Order: sequence, then C-alpha cells, then structure tokens
Amino acid sequence: MRNKNVAIHEHHKKLSLFRNRCFAALGIVLFLVAIIIARLIFLQIKQHQFYSTLSQQNILNTVPSRPNRGLIYDRHGVILAKNVPAYNLAIIPESGKATKEKIAQLKKIIPISQNEINQFYHILNQYRPYQPVPIKFKLSEEEAATFYVNRYRFPGVIIQIRMTRYYPLGESTSAILGYVGRINAQELKMLNSKQYDIADDIGKMGLEKYYESLLHGKPGAEEAEIDASGRAIRVLKETAPRPGANIYLTIDNKLQQLAESTLGDESGAIVIIQPKTGAVLSLVSHPSYDPNSFITGLSTQEYQKLLNSPLHPLYNRAIRGQFAPGSTIKPFLAIAALDDGIISPAARIYDPGWFQLPNTAHLYRDYVRYGHGWTNIEKALIVSCDTFFYHLAEKQGNERMVKMLTAFGLGNLTHIDMPEELSGIIPTPDWKRGAKGQAWYSGDTIESGIGQGFMLATPLQLAQATAILANRGLNYPPTLLLKTVFPDGHVIQKKPNVQVAVKVKHPWVWDFVIQAMQKVIDDAQGTAHYYFGSHLGYTVAAKTGTAQLYHHQKNEESLDPNSPKQLRNNHLFIAFAPVDHPEIAIAIVVEHSAMADRMARKLFDYYFKNKNTII
Amino acid sequence: MNNYSYESRLHRQQWLFRWRSWHIDPPLMILLLFLGGIGLLILYSASNENTGIVLKQSMRLFISFVVMFAFSQISPKRYYHFAPWFFVTSLFFLVGVLLMGKMSGGVRRWFDLGIINVQPSELMKLAMPMILAYFFSDKSVPPRITQLLLAGMLIIIPVFLTAKEPDLGTAIVIATSGFFVLLLAGLSWRLLFGGLMVMASFTPILWHFMHHYQRERILTFLNPERDPLGAGYHIIQSKIAVGSGGFLGKGWLQGTQSHFQFLPAHTTDFIFAVGSEELGLVGCCIIILLLLVILGRCLYISLNAKDAFSYLLAGSLSLTFIFSALINICMVIGILPVVGIPLPLISYGGSSMITLMASFGIIVSIQTHQKLWP
Repeated sequence: MRNKNVAIHEHHKKLSLFRNRCFAALGIVLFLVAIIIARLIFLQIKQHQFYSTLSQQNILNTVPSRPNRGLIYDRHGVILAKNVPAYNLAIIPESGKATKEKIAQLKKIIPISQNEINQFYHILNQYRPYQPVPIKFKLSEEEAATFYVNRYRFPGVIIQIRMTRYYPLGESTSAILGYVGRINAQELKMLNSKQYDIADDIGKMGLEKYYESLLHGKPGAEEAEIDASGRAIRVLKETAPRPGANIYLTIDNKLQQLAESTLGDESGAIVIIQPKTGAVLSLVSHPSYDPNSFITGLSTQEYQKLLNSPLHPLYNRAIRGQFAPGSTIKPFLAIAALDDGIISPAARIYDPGWFQLPNTAHLYRDYVRYGHGWTNIEKALIVSCDTFFYHLAEKQGNERMVKMLTAFGLGNLTHIDMPEELSGIIPTPDWKRGAKGQAWYSGDTIESGIGQGFMLATPLQLAQATAILANRGLNYPPTLLLKTVFPDGHVIQKKPNVQVAVKVKHPWVWDFVIQAMQKVIDDAQGTAHYYFGSHLGYTVAAKTGTAQLYHHQKNEESLDPNSPKQLRNNHLFIAFAPVDHPEIAIAIVVEHSAMADRMARKLFDYYFKNKNTII
Repeated sequence: MNNYSYESRLHRQQWLFRWRSWHIDPPLMILLLFLGGIGLLILYSASNENTGIVLKQSMRLFISFVVMFAFSQISPKRYYHFAPWFFVTSLFFLVGVLLMGKMSGGVRRWFDLGIINVQPSELMKLAMPMILAYFFSDKSVPPRITQLLLAGMLIIIPVFLTAKEPDLGTAIVIATSGFFVLLLAGLSWRLLFGGLMVMASFTPILWHFMHHYQRERILTFLNPERDPLGAGYHIIQSKIAVGSGGFLGKGWLQGTQSHFQFLPAHTTDFIFAVGSEELGLVGCCIIILLLLVILGRCLYISLNAKDAFSYLLAGSLSLTFIFSALINICMVIGILPVVGIPLPLISYGGSSMITLMASFGIIVSIQTHQKLWP
C-alpha cells in the first residue's frame, strides 16, 4: 500500500514536472515566435520600401539597344565602310566558381584561348550584374552552330549578334577611314556615358574618329523584366535606337585604289585634290594595313609586327609624313620674287655649279656639277636650277620666303577633316631658337631657298599649295566630306568655302610661273620631260623635287639606283591639269625612289580618260 | 439550447470513439491537411506553376498520411518495447551509411536499396526521442547526473555520425529531439544553462571540425555582403523576397523573386520566403499560427498521456516539429545561419516529410490507445 502510494506520488511528481516543463517549452516557443514576428514586421513593414526597390531592381533591367553605325560611301555611293553581323559568345556571370566551370566546359566545344579568358576577367567588373559579358568575339559559323547544338548544356551562356565594321576596300582606304575599336575606359570616362556602352565600338583613327559623333547614332533602350539568368521575360518599354548618319566622301574609290596600287612596292604618299572645290579625290599612304584586322582584334604579336615594321605601315604619310619639300617649293618662291620685283623675268644669273655667300668658304652646290650656265627664272624652274634659287634666297631674304610659303599653306595645318594631321615646318629664326636653341645663320636662308634644311611639309600640304597655285591664289581647303545623309532623310551638302590665300600685285606672275611649270613637262630640258612624257592630250603644270636626306648632302639630285635604298633621296612631284581650267592637283612623295613623275602620269592619264565617271 | 442533452453528448462521444477506434485524431488530422494544402498552394507558385511537381508532392503527402495512419495503429506499448532495438538498428545503419552509403554531391546520406533510398538519419529522428523516453520513463525525478551523462552519450554519438555525413540540419534536429526529452524529463535549469555555457566555450573547437562550406555559411550569415553573388546570395535574395512582400504580399503566383529564379532553393529550404513574398505578413502569421495550433494539439495530447514513456515521447516529437519549423523560418528571414532544415509539410521533398508524419502517427497512437493501455 505504502509502495503503491509512493509510486502514485512519484507518478504525480513526474507528471507535474512534465507539465511545468511543457509550459516552459511552450514559453520558449512563443518567445521565439515573438522574435520571428518582430523580425517579419521589421522586414515587411518597416523596410518594405527598401526591399521592394531591391526586388524591382532585380527584375527590371534597361538593356541599351545599340544604334547601327553610319555607313561611309565614296563620292559615287560605293560603300567604303559597312556593318556586318558577327556572333559573339557571352556569359552571364554567376559566382566565380560557376563561371570558371562554365568556361572550362565551353572550352571543350569551342576553342577559347587563355588570352580571351584573361580579357574576359579583365572586363568582367565593367559590366552590371546579370549582363552578358562577351568572352569570344566573331565566332565562325561552324562555332556558332556547335554552340547552338549544345546550348541546353549552358544556361546563362548566349550568343550575341552584334554589328561590326567591315571595310570592303581594306588597305587602300585605311589611310582615310582609319578604323573602329572597342571603347576603352578612358574614352568612356571622357564621353557622354549615356551614348556609349562598354561593349561599344568607337572610331580610333581617321575619319571614323573625326566623324564619330555623326556616325555613332543614339542608343535606344529596352526596359525589360529579366530572370536571374538575365533572360528578358517581358519587354515593358522600348525606345528604338537612332542609327548614325551616313556620310559620303569626296573620294573616288577607283582613283583611290589606283593610287594605292601605283605606289606598288614603294613607300610614299599620294594626295589628289580638286582645286575648284578642295575635294580630296584620293589620299593614299603606302604601305598600309588592313583595317579589318583591327576589328577582329589583333594579337599582341601581330600588332607589334605592324608597329615595328621598317616600312611603318601604321604611319599615315599623307597627313603625318613630314618631308623636306625640296625643289617643289621653287614655283612659290618664284612668285614671291617676281611679284615683289626682287628679280625680273629677264634677269640672268651665271651658274657655275655652285653658290657661295660672301666672306664664307662653304660652297652650295647645284645638282649639276658644272652648272646650268646663264639662267633666267623660267629656265631655273624648268631645269630646277639650285644655284639660281640660292641667289634668289639671298636676295629676297628668309622673311619674304616664309610669308609666301605660309600663304600657300605650308607650315600650318590644312584643317582637313582628319584627326591626326601634322603641320610641317617653315623655319624662321624664332622657330630655330625655340626648337634648336641656335641662332639663325644666313646659310639657313640659302638652304630654305631650295626647300632643304629644316623645312618640312606633308604631302597633303603640298597638294593644297599646288591647288592654290592652280587657282591663282584662291584656296579651297581640302576636305573629305561630300555630304551627310541623316537617318530621317535630311541631307547636308558640304559647301566648299573659299578664301584668298595668296594676293599678288602683279597677276601676270601667275601665268608666268604656271607656263614655266608647263615647260617642266613639255620642254626638252624639263626635269619631268623624260619620265612624265609627251602626247598627253591635256596640259600639265608640274614641278619635281628631290629631297636630300640629311646624312648625305652631296649629289642631291642624283638618285643612284645602286646605292642602298634607305640612303637614296626622296622623290617629290607636284602638278595640276589642265593648265587653263585646273581640275586636279596632285602631290606625290616617294621615299628613296625616283618614281613620282611616272606615277603621276599614270594617274593623270586615268583621270582624263575616265573624267566623266569621276566628277 | 438543449443540444447539451445527455443524448447528444453520448452521440458525440460515440462519434469520437469511432474515430478513435480507427486511431485517427480528427483535430490534428484536419490541421495537418490544412497545412499540407497551404503547402501545395505555395509549392505550385514556387515551382513556377509546375503541376508535375505539385502532383508528385501530393503523392508524397498522401503516402505520408498513410504512414501516419500506419504508425498510429501501433500501440505505445509496442513502441516502448521496440525502442532499444530500433535505436540500435538505426545506429547500425548510421555507421553503415558512412562506410558504404551512396556518395552523391560529396555527401553520404543514403542507402540505395534499389527501389527506395533509405536515410538512416531520418530513422534516428524517431529512434532518438524513443530511446530517451524509454530510458527516462522508469527513472525517478529529477534525473541523476549519471543518467544524464548516459543520455548525453546516447545523443552525442548519432548526432556526431549524422554531422559526419555531412548533414548538419538533420544532426541539429536529432540533437534537439534528444534534448527535449531531457528537458521534459526534468533536466535541472542550472545544468541546462551550465551545459549551454560549456557548449559555447567549445565553439572554437567546433569551428575547427566544421566543413569549409559550413564555415562559409556562418561567416556569410554574419555578413551576407561579403560574397553577394556567392554564399551571401541566398540570404540577400531571401530577405529581399520577404521584405518586398509587405503586409499583404504581392499576391499568389505574383512573386518575382521566385518566378524569375532569383531565390535559390525556392521549392525546398527557402519556400517560406516564397510564401512571405506572395502572401505578406498576414500569410506568414497564418502559417505560424497554424504551426502553433498543431503544436497546441500535440502538447494537449502529451499532457493527457498517462504514462511517462508516452508523454515524454509525444512532448519531444511535438517540440521537435515546432523547432525545426521555427529554425527554418529564422534562417529564411536571416536571423539564423543557413542550415538544411526544411519547413515541415511545405518544403518540397520526401524523406523528412514521411518521418514527420510518422512522428505525428506516434502522437496519434498515444492519444488513441490511452484506454487500451492504462
């Protein structure tokens, strides 16, 4: 009985303890629930706005839609730069590990180089989250097909179709057009970031750079709901992109290609201008490069190869090549001397083959060892007599020469619509003091008198000066843009603006010098008579030039074909035709060669044969 | 108001008796069906309106209810006698799975028996409270220290084995279920807090034994922003889902966090976030309330149980149920680190649901076998 009582007592004790513990546990549970509810209220009521915004940001994505870049045509509407679709492989990045695995998997079906992977990681943080980051550009069709077949295995990997630039004429237009390339961080910072995206192309060189704002267009936007893998679920709002304007150039594609091929194996530049408008028909720098290789992306080695080539293909000789103009400036100096009355047309000078400044020992030699004998200014132009122009330089002085050459546009930028132009040098005492830290000697004036010494000019400047001469003092600044066609159909024609560059007191000096230049071709003694030739069917006024290289000052007009090529002189040639109503002006510079006059003949012949199709 | 006549009362008692003879507890049954139904609705949304998944889950629910029914047929007396054998068998399996279990995704949790996969840790979820209830049922109160140490050993070994698989979530559930028996059996508060202090001081050692991903989880819990696209992504996205739900939610099927796949594991461990996003604070409170009412019914059954084994077992099982639910919710709303504990009856997935319903079956058995086993 007692035992049973104890047992019952024990049972009750246990049960009441259990009951207490149950309620204690329930208390703990309720306490936990209170914490949870408090937390829920905090998240869902107090911070609701904040998380709501985050949730919206998660799903709302404004995807910029890229505008098509404006096309570039030549003067006849032949396309010089167009857009072609390219397939890029892009990954929507997840956590680092997952992306790494994904790349490893992709590598098995599509070749991806370590370079491309490095580049991918390099640009990765420039993208917003959930935005596809390109890893391989320009897939081949086969690669794209391989990917599409295996696509189900790669969620978050997509193929982007992007328009990329293509230059159908390749090397022969690269000096004008330049090329586009992926925008870099600095450019992105400098430009209006709303107009550009990290994956955008931007003009890096040439016209592509100069007319970037015209060609780029305005990006549109696509506001869409996206899921976690970045796929657009529903498009909410769409603003269409506005394509860039199409531009027509003054270039004639055939003449341009002919000029390019005419230079052949030589290095040099050719610029052909319409004097009446300033329209550049051809602008060539040779050797050149294929701009399309910059679009696909050059490897570092390929780029180094281009950069370090002894022929400097990346160097745009037509607008950046600064050459000693040599005898090509003699017509301009003749105009100055005649107009200022320094010398009369009939005045003669005896040329023994050299010139000497009073009280000095140095002999300034003519390229003809024993000289040209008695020479007047006309003959001096025809045979390119150096001694005569040494005398002339001494007589008229540096200041007068500088004034005239500057009026012809030398030493100044032509302000052609290209971004990288250089200005050349017309040396003055001030310039010499600043650049060389030396005083001006009278010998410097003498050397300037035949376009040597410190004087430098670009082929474009020489072409412009020739056009000014052809126009008898009027300058239509060289331009490449013919017209702009905006996407709405609106057309802006570029009007040639004209200025009087060279004013003379005696207009007959023009005819006098131009006639002398005509005789450079026509006269049996003319320096271009032999190679430029006769039976033209059109009239030409021309002047040859040979630019001595600094390190061998003797035999300046000698172009000994047996000497090593890089030691030979540069050959220059300026001309315009027809003489009475000039239609084209040309400047040719050929490095270490003597081919300039023959090349000009070829181009002039082509022009006058196909004139109807060119203008 | 003569409904309260003797006859009507008799009638009501007969009605209850009839259910009782089938070993079914109508209130608990209704509550569980209700919770399961809500679970299916949320899952339908969470799975992006995938009827296949919902059908599969319904099938599992059905099987689970059958299991519950089956377990409720067995009398507590049998469970009592069966407890030691069950525990030893489960322990044996637990060791076995570590040695020759099926390796999948770096973990060994299953035996592949051809048709079904057996998870010994799930068996242990039932075996642990059973063996401890068995052990403490005939001990006087308060338990002696030696008994507690022995019970501690019984808890620690299976928990360690489960954690080794590694399955931290289940290990925690097993430990909790054992701990609740100790608590209900009269573990003194002083010892409890002393034990907690000792455990806290052992944390650095525990850290040493943790897997890399477990450490990551804890570090990420402390500062989700340290890896917003990696380990912290779960917590951040889950908080966004809950917070953006607001008071009334975005509406059923309208959640963007889950539908656009921002929320990871949105059909399994993080399904509560889907519910909070779409049903808001109100929906959350309803779910929590439902869980509490289920707990209430289970505790009521435990308190009515006549013998120590029954009430210790039923009490531990019901508290384990509510705690795993609350831990899951805490993890979703970012007040506990991420551990793999599903939300009972709502998360998509099979084995833990069957175990859970088996435990409800045991509770129902305790309720309905009372008269037959004084």
